[in-house]
Amino acid sequence: MSQLKFTKDHEWVRLEGGVATVGITDHAQTALGDVVFVDLPEAGRVVEPGDACAVVESVKAASDVYAPLAGTILESNEALSADPALVNSAPTGEGWFFKMTPADLSAIDALMDEAAYLAFVDSQS
Amino acid sequence: MADTAETLLETPLASLHRDLGGKMVPFAGYAMPVQYPAGIMAEHLATRAGAALFDVSHMGQAELLGEGAAAALERLTPADLRILKPGRQKYGLLLNAAGGIVDDFMVANLGGGRLFLVVNASRKAVDLPLIESVLPAGVTLRPLPERALLAFQGPQAVALLAPLAPAVATLPFMGVAETQIAGIPVLISRSGYTGEDGVEISVPAEQAAALAKLLLALPGVVPAGLGARDSLRLEAGLCLYGNDIDETTSPVEAALVWTIGKRRRMDWDFPGAERIRAELDHGPARLRVGILPEGRQPARAHTPVHAVGGAALGGAAMGEITSGTFGPSLNGPCAMGYVAREHAADGTALELLVRGKALPARVAATPFVPHRYAR
Repeated sequence: MSQLKFTKDHEWVRLEGGVATVGITDHAQTALGDVVFVDLPEAGRVVEPGDACAVVESVKAASDVYAPLAGTILESNEALSADPALVNSAPTGEGWFFKMTPADLSAIDALMDEAAYLAFVDSQS
Repeated sequence: MADTAETLLETPLASLHRDLGGKMVPFAGYAMPVQYPAGIMAEHLATRAGAALFDVSHMGQAELLGEGAAAALERLTPADLRILKPGRQKYGLLLNAAGGIVDDFMVANLGGGRLFLVVNASRKAVDLPLIESVLPAGVTLRPLPERALLAFQGPQAVALLAPLAPAVATLPFMGVAETQIAGIPVLISRSGYTGEDGVEISVPAEQAAALAKLLLALPGVVPAGLGARDSLRLEAGLCLYGNDIDETTSPVEAALVWTIGKRRRMDWDFPGAERIRAELDHGPARLRVGILPEGRQPARAHTPVHAVGGAALGGAAMGEITSGTFGPSLNGPCAMGYVAREHAADGTALELLVRGKALPARVAATPFVPHRYAR
């Protein structure tokens, strides 16, 4: 399994065979609390880095999820419609949000590795 | 107003909240626990299944003293306070001259010319001077900042509390009693903001932490924060001041006409009586209703409400959501808000404009989860 990369908006990205899988981090799901609904992007949508392209809702509030890279949405995780709590129980596994084809594969190198992300989270608290 | 860490007030339970792992957030100028580690969903469901303890010490408590106290307070509210018997409490509204709601409050008759008031944290700085301004000689307002307030709510709350405070077992819904819990002097009312049976307990601040620890040590009791308090009250169809009612909404628009006493509706001797009478005669332009979105997506406060087909036309909204969440007991979204009167009947189809998309919804009767108050 390839290494996860992270954004300052608390998304993770896993690049495998030219496809990037995106979700929200364990830190993000803990902060949000019980996830009750996820609004996911449609396949074919072209996104720029930082575009709000999904929404995650807890009992208390709605939060945007941003595209970590430029590219095209390939598919969304339909399992989250039936069981949004997967975001809490398996944030970096079955709780993924969408897969995308990055316009530039090398752009992922600019994202944080796990150590840098954890240091970033610490600096925010 | 007071939103920075330096200026936030704390309740007498602040250190207990930290010990319990409470996630503290600013609310009405206070640092309050929005949730504990169990989370809003678990705290909500525990309240409906057993018993939960909420710190609501941020709310304003006061006594109104003197034989003319009830008559004096009636100058600001359409509630009938003269028929409020000793040992009984009621819910009421403070109104401005235009019939707008200044605050909602609880008032208890403690006997001997003593009324006990609980007002909203966000409104106490407005309410108390307003009340003071209408008092005749012989009636005095005594704010009680040295008292804490705990809400102990859920179907097991009274059974758990009764061995420690026998007077509670026989207290009717909206009854009040001055008694003791394990030697701590308290004022207990059988009421709450969750739709469940339970009590609210006014206690001297210096004994609040001891009382809270005593209640949390009872079998199955969990601490619950403001997040669960909000989802519980919304499922119960209860208004939150500042969201669902404010100085622009009247009791008629807010569907709170039941708080206006019969005698008061004959005498029309309260602030804003002219507007309220006209709205009762001709119907208000808008009404507060319960709203159930289809599916699982919540619609939050300030979501525009359209008639069916209206969202796509891009015209002005005919209403607005004022509170919306995902109801853990309902296992689905629920909301309340104002709609034009012709769209206010139960079952009326609506469209909610959520992030640019029309979300189908219906007007629905409240409470969304049946009240289970003591008889």
